[in-house]
Amino acid sequence: MNGHAVAVGGRIFTRPVRVFAALAGLGVLLVLWRLVVGLGAATAMNDGYPWGLWIAFDVVTGTALACGGYAVAILVYILNKGRYHPLVRPALLTSAVGYTVAGLSVGLDVGRWWTIWHVPAFFWHWNLSSALLEVALCIMAYIVVLWIELSPALLEKWQTSSNARLRRWSLALLPVLKRSMIWIIALGLLLPTMHQSSLGTVMLLSGWRLHPLWRTPLLPLLFLISCASMGYAVVVAESAFSSVAFKRKPDMKMLAGLATPMIWTLYAIVGLRVADVVWRGQVGLLLAGDIRSLMAWVELALFLAPAIMLASPASRRDLGSLVRASMVMLFAGALFRFDTYLVAFSPGANWSYFPSVTEILITAGLVAGEVVAYVIVVKMFPIIAGQPATAERTV
Amino acid sequence: MGISRRAALKGLAVAGATAVGVDAARPGRAEGAVLPAPPADAVGMLYDTTLCIGCKACVVACQDANDLPRDPTGIDARYDAPIDLSAKAKNVIKLYRSGDQQSFVKVQCMHCVDPACASACMLGAFKKREFGIVTYNVDLCIGCRYCEVACPYNVPKFQWASATPRMVKCELCNHRLAKGLEPACTEVCPRHAVIFGKRADLLTEARRRLAENPGRYVPKIYGETDGGGTQVLYLSHVPFEKIGFPPLTEEPAPSLARSIQHGVYKGFIAPVALYAALGAVMLRNRKRTGDADGREGDER
Amino acid sequence: MLASFPLLDAPEPGSVSRRDFLRLCTMAAAAVGLGPLAAERFLEAAEAGLKPSVIWLQFQECTGCTESLLRTSHPGVAELILDLISLDYHETLFAAAGHQAEEARRQAMEAHAGKYVCIIEGAIPTKDNGIYCMIGGRTAVDIVQDVAGKAGAIIAIGSCASWGGIPSADPNPTGAVGAAEVLKGKTVVKIPGCPANPYNLLGTVLQYATYGTLPELDAEGRPKFAYGSTIHEHCPRRAHFDAGRFAEKFGDAGHRLGYCLYKLGCKGPVTHANCSVQHFGEVVDAWPIGIGHPCIGCTEQKIAFRVPLHTTVDIDRPTPPDTYPPIHAPQGYVSPVATGLAGVIVGGLAGAGYVASKKLSPAKDTETPARDRSEV
Repeated sequence: MNGHAVAVGGRIFTRPVRVFAALAGLGVLLVLWRLVVGLGAATAMNDGYPWGLWIAFDVVTGTALACGGYAVAILVYILNKGRYHPLVRPALLTSAVGYTVAGLSVGLDVGRWWTIWHVPAFFWHWNLSSALLEVALCIMAYIVVLWIELSPALLEKWQTSSNARLRRWSLALLPVLKRSMIWIIALGLLLPTMHQSSLGTVMLLSGWRLHPLWRTPLLPLLFLISCASMGYAVVVAESAFSSVAFKRKPDMKMLAGLATPMIWTLYAIVGLRVADVVWRGQVGLLLAGDIRSLMAWVELALFLAPAIMLASPASRRDLGSLVRASMVMLFAGALFRFDTYLVAFSPGANWSYFPSVTEILITAGLVAGEVVAYVIVVKMFPIIAGQPATAERTV
Repeated sequence: MGISRRAALKGLAVAGATAVGVDAARPGRAEGAVLPAPPADAVGMLYDTTLCIGCKACVVACQDANDLPRDPTGIDARYDAPIDLSAKAKNVIKLYRSGDQQSFVKVQCMHCVDPACASACMLGAFKKREFGIVTYNVDLCIGCRYCEVACPYNVPKFQWASATPRMVKCELCNHRLAKGLEPACTEVCPRHAVIFGKRADLLTEARRRLAENPGRYVPKIYGETDGGGTQVLYLSHVPFEKIGFPPLTEEPAPSLARSIQHGVYKGFIAPVALYAALGAVMLRNRKRTGDADGREGDER
Repeated sequence: MLASFPLLDAPEPGSVSRRDFLRLCTMAAAAVGLGPLAAERFLEAAEAGLKPSVIWLQFQECTGCTESLLRTSHPGVAELILDLISLDYHETLFAAAGHQAEEARRQAMEAHAGKYVCIIEGAIPTKDNGIYCMIGGRTAVDIVQDVAGKAGAIIAIGSCASWGGIPSADPNPTGAVGAAEVLKGKTVVKIPGCPANPYNLLGTVLQYATYGTLPELDAEGRPKFAYGSTIHEHCPRRAHFDAGRFAEKFGDAGHRLGYCLYKLGCKGPVTHANCSVQHFGEVVDAWPIGIGHPCIGCTEQKIAFRVPLHTTVDIDRPTPPDTYPPIHAPQGYVSPVATGLAGVIVGGLAGAGYVASKKLSPAKDTETPARDRSEV
């Protein structure tokens, strides 16, 4: 199979894209409304639960879902597995779009959003003890790095553009990028390592208000490993989606190969979790039978399930089975993050929170926007590798 | 060979990270687990539940001194009666009642010696400033509310109803202290149930009360060492958990997260080293395969 | 219910012992907050015959304020008041009338120019050159500017003189205003009320008579000793307000038990006056709330005869009620609609994903030979 990437082409605003765009448009309108009326009117967050759906999902889970670029980069550039190279660009695109939307979600969630530029700018005020500062700076930097990493795909198209200035710039920049790509990729590996683990450190500051089953110094490590797992799972899901949507024959050997790092990381997570709970003497809490112990069990089950589902080589070569296992894996990672940020966090039993309709719709709109952006870029720029499928339809 | 190298790298990474994590978890070795010292001129308050009569003069005085808006709740939404700290209430009186036991509690910022909010705040909007008072600088705040997530006493509150929100919490009336006045609540209390003074003096007074009236109080000064110590101290005749005080160890609230951050990022050595290592690996990969971005070519 | 009051037991009408007179002065001094020593000085001043001259003007009024002053207790007190001060002009109380009365006034004004106290009762019409109140061929405006112009102290008694009172109620056809409106630039002590509490007047006049000073006035020119607080702040039914016990209708159980009258339209929270501490006629509970009717805010220009009697007012500074929040008060709201929506979305995604994955299953890897499949 030809590994060279090519723009998918075709009509951009198909009906599915129009539907997603409408949802994204609704999201934009609701965002504007939120900016005008304030968080109290637009969300159900309160002083007991100051962080809600937008932090737990849009930012924390969203960035983990956007760790495909990170996961594939480790495989391809550090472990030198060149066979996965065709996955790099689509993964980078998912990551770039995903992280950009996560960054927008942060801007949406903070109360004084017009001052958010202070965070990178006021370096003399930086509080270096704050894990959140590190997360914020790394995410801001990583968004830039991701688009730089992705830029060759964009520039490749623009170097034959009808716009002369665009052509000139593309031709000038491409070789520069090629030469310095190693150091940019290295940044693209360093930054997620830093902030995905620190997303775990962030919640440790809650102390007694974070349930002991999640209040472990291993939390940063668990967040890091699970984000890598989620990265592989996202790449599988996204490749499957792309193959179907854009009628490309999926490279099953490549995708089946992704199961291996996924499974390794899953065993690591489950092993560490159980060992941690035992070593800190919290087994009693696991057996307590309340909602939080139940969630911990569900997490463990969901982390273990994909490893079991993909135990046999045959299951790994079946795209459907791969996709199902990946989805379970993504759900596990998402649940782990939701639990850490919302379920395990309790200001007191007298407080309750559930996202408001507006919060849910804005989140849905943002995700829809990601899908639209992905489709547009994939159709216009050389991202996806492989020739279109033969007459035989795969779906 | 690929498998063994990958395994080795993975193993190293996991082992190293675990080592750091475990290391950070062990008390005594991690930075921040040592009991912090309050500043020499630390001021605070001492509240004695056995003296409080629940008149709420402190609640009203705090509203006036801090220009806080009325909070219409209660019967027919006619009463200005906060049920908890909020963007409109920096100080509230709550009631604990169980059978025969009853106690009023004054709730406001504890002005911790090692505050979680200040450790959380990215740009230092919440910071321990003069006299150890934890004050708020809105110009450095982006409204991320990490301070609310961090505080063990659920103190900082957010102006949810505003499109230009700020955080709200007791700042020990530092604007009054600057004019040589006491905090409004301590000044107005008719029974001196809450008094203002230097933390050291208040501790002495609290110890004196405990020594002279052993049967009257639970034998503990809440805030002496709890959570690393607070500058607002409490004496109570009912167990502290009953009146809403979390049972904290001596370890300051931010110590775990801070020790991990500082442990891993000390001198920024680890990130730089990792960056260099990543670059080195990729350079070596490139040399091997001759490919520009350092990876093996397609195998087909 | 009449309280026992020494002067009611006076031996004969018209004759009052020095001790009882002292008691009167003490009460008056107390009303103004001047202390026991002032009572002695009042007494001395009165005995020395240094009675201040008082010229009492009456315009658009019902004479209620004069009547309430006369009803401070036993008729003997009226005479005492006439003995404490030298009432040199009073249309209601004068035996004389017509030109004789006016002449008496002119003589008093000449004799005590710059020293007499000018008390104004009633509003002053200003429309159509003030023709709606004329005495002896002169308009009220003219008279008051003349008399007050040469006075040592000007006191406006009652709401009508203070800010216009009933005559100034919408549509105010005569252009009635308070005395201060036509006496710009002069200090006018206002003692509003409908009627004003007579002891407020008494204290003010006696302070002026004894010390030559006027009591401290608030921003509207009302003595702070009487109008510095609202009725609400000193109301005997305040505990009921704080505990949320209200009378809902006249005659209901709450009303009979003497609960707070706020819901029946009591203007106490926005009315500055001392009726709640200094009742009328020296009879305990002889004031509106005391007898079970909400305060109508008769001292306040924005309230009296403007806001309907039984309309409730906003309270600017409600203080906390007698209830306390628990240590952990339930807070936060879970929307059932949002819960449903979230369930639908998550379930939908999971279901759709599962169904889609099933469709992908036929795409097995059939290209690679079995040997290579085991390698990753």
